[in-house]
Amino acid sequence: MSVLRRIPWALVVVAAALLVPLAGSRFYTFVATEGAILALFAVSLNLLLGYTGLVSFGHAAYFGIGAYTTGLLMKQAGVPFVLAFPAAGVLAAVGALVFGFFCVRLTTIYFAMLTLAFAQIVWAICFKWNAVTGGEQGTPDIPYPDLGWMARLPIAGDLGTSDHFYLLTVVLVAGCLWVLRRIVGSPFGRILTTIRENPERAEFIGVNVRRWQLLAFVIAGAFAGLAGGLFGIFSSGVFPDFAYWPKSSEVLIMTILGGIGYFYGPAVGAVVLLVLNQQVTSHTEYWPLILGTILIVLLFAFPGGIVGALDAAVRRARFRRA
Amino acid sequence: MLEVRELRRAFGGFQAVAGVTLRVSRGQVAAIIGPNGAGKTTFFNLITGHLRPDAGVVFLDGRDITGLPPHEVCRRGMGRSFQRTNIFPNLTVFQNVQAALISHRRRGLDLFSRVDGLYRDETEALLVSLGLVDRAGETSRFLSHGAQKQLELGIALASQPRLLLLDEPTAGMSASETRETIMLISRIARDRALTLLFTEHDMEVVFSIAEKITVLHQGRVIADGTPHEVRNDADVRRVYLGERR
Repeated sequence: MSVLRRIPWALVVVAAALLVPLAGSRFYTFVATEGAILALFAVSLNLLLGYTGLVSFGHAAYFGIGAYTTGLLMKQAGVPFVLAFPAAGVLAAVGALVFGFFCVRLTTIYFAMLTLAFAQIVWAICFKWNAVTGGEQGTPDIPYPDLGWMARLPIAGDLGTSDHFYLLTVVLVAGCLWVLRRIVGSPFGRILTTIRENPERAEFIGVNVRRWQLLAFVIAGAFAGLAGGLFGIFSSGVFPDFAYWPKSSEVLIMTILGGIGYFYGPAVGAVVLLVLNQQVTSHTEYWPLILGTILIVLLFAFPGGIVGALDAAVRRARFRRA
Repeated sequence: MLEVRELRRAFGGFQAVAGVTLRVSRGQVAAIIGPNGAGKTTFFNLITGHLRPDAGVVFLDGRDITGLPPHEVCRRGMGRSFQRTNIFPNLTVFQNVQAALISHRRRGLDLFSRVDGLYRDETEALLVSLGLVDRAGETSRFLSHGAQKQLELGIALASQPRLLLLDEPTAGMSASETRETIMLISRIARDRALTLLFTEHDMEVVFSIAEKITVLHQGRVIADGTPHEVRNDADVRRVYLGERR
């Protein structure tokens, strides 16, 4: 067991992910790109859900803001990706700051409803502001970033544009996850967990609970925005759906499916849900029915999510051996 | 140290605290007693900012803290434990106390240091003084009720308060746990030169450690003085101590 523990699993997964294009299947690369982006989206939500104890029903708002920011900057203004990508994080953070200012004044279900309300406002703006967002039709033909330099690299040079974008996505997502991981393992992260555990007590160790909740909300929004920025390019277009409530519920399901008690749980949930969706819809049209069944089983049998169930199994095995 | 003047708070038409004036001097161990519903917990919540008073003022060390939010009151040097045990249940014993230290030292906005070993020595020293150091790695919700109360005391002490408010520190404890906790509290209060204000049901506890006792009844102070004076007060004997015997 101790040998397994010493392996830097995060690096192994990143390395393995970088090898996916070598399989030579455009479909695998396609699914892997989406999986990586949604993994970041779900982990960003879990900063609120799993660490701060805040249930957001409107996390897609920041994903949408990020997608439109990067997409429109690159397509309409010709801004290069190196600027358009961070801009997604910045604008999403600003949005989260403004909306979050009001949301953290409420608690539990009222907080959740207000996040949903703000997300619907973002969606409505995307949907109606034809001159800028393209309205209902969205804005198609978001260009890929210029990754010509990758063609000069060994091995990667032989791959196509979408493969290059995938490699970039893996590196950026890994970087974002590393930063998020540092944040939850910091003194700031520890204060967030005290708020999740007991806001009243947190207040009386001197924590201004609303201020920390707002900061968590802004950080989560920023990373959701970065995920959105990548997603718009991946979809080669930005659409109002990105900010619509089903997107918020989808990421919530991914997060809970993977396990909110674990840093990488939501990432696992995102990939599993995506792959399941792909597989099941190729066999039957009843995907929502199957998804519902999975959720019911999960909530009753494995409340810790997939990673929670695996963790419990490993512990049991170790206990039996000892 | 603490001065409260004419504090009032009503819920609907019910006057829970109806003009309480109270003074606790530095280093004093003071108790508030009174039958259930006398307004003790409401009084505490008014002092600590969990409730806003309708009228009256609260001074801590000569500074007006009336109506400040709890986290500000805590920062000004007041610690508190709650009647219903109030800890961080899914954190370890170590993490519970460490979190309070992080907040007190204003490191809560540090996003990039590693938290694991932060303030290890200070946290462990505090746990030693509470007798909890052997259980530092345990998830705190698995502790016994008595140990959780002690942990809560540790969380409060980590903020290095000058005034410590304890709302029924021995509620729900067995006789031996009560004795242990009382000895612990009085030792810590002495060692740290703390000013202590506490409420308590157990009269034996109150009369064994309090230097000053205030008796609340229906939201008002009906007696205030040394244990000896209070014990012999005719009103107190009638409305409170008498009822209990």
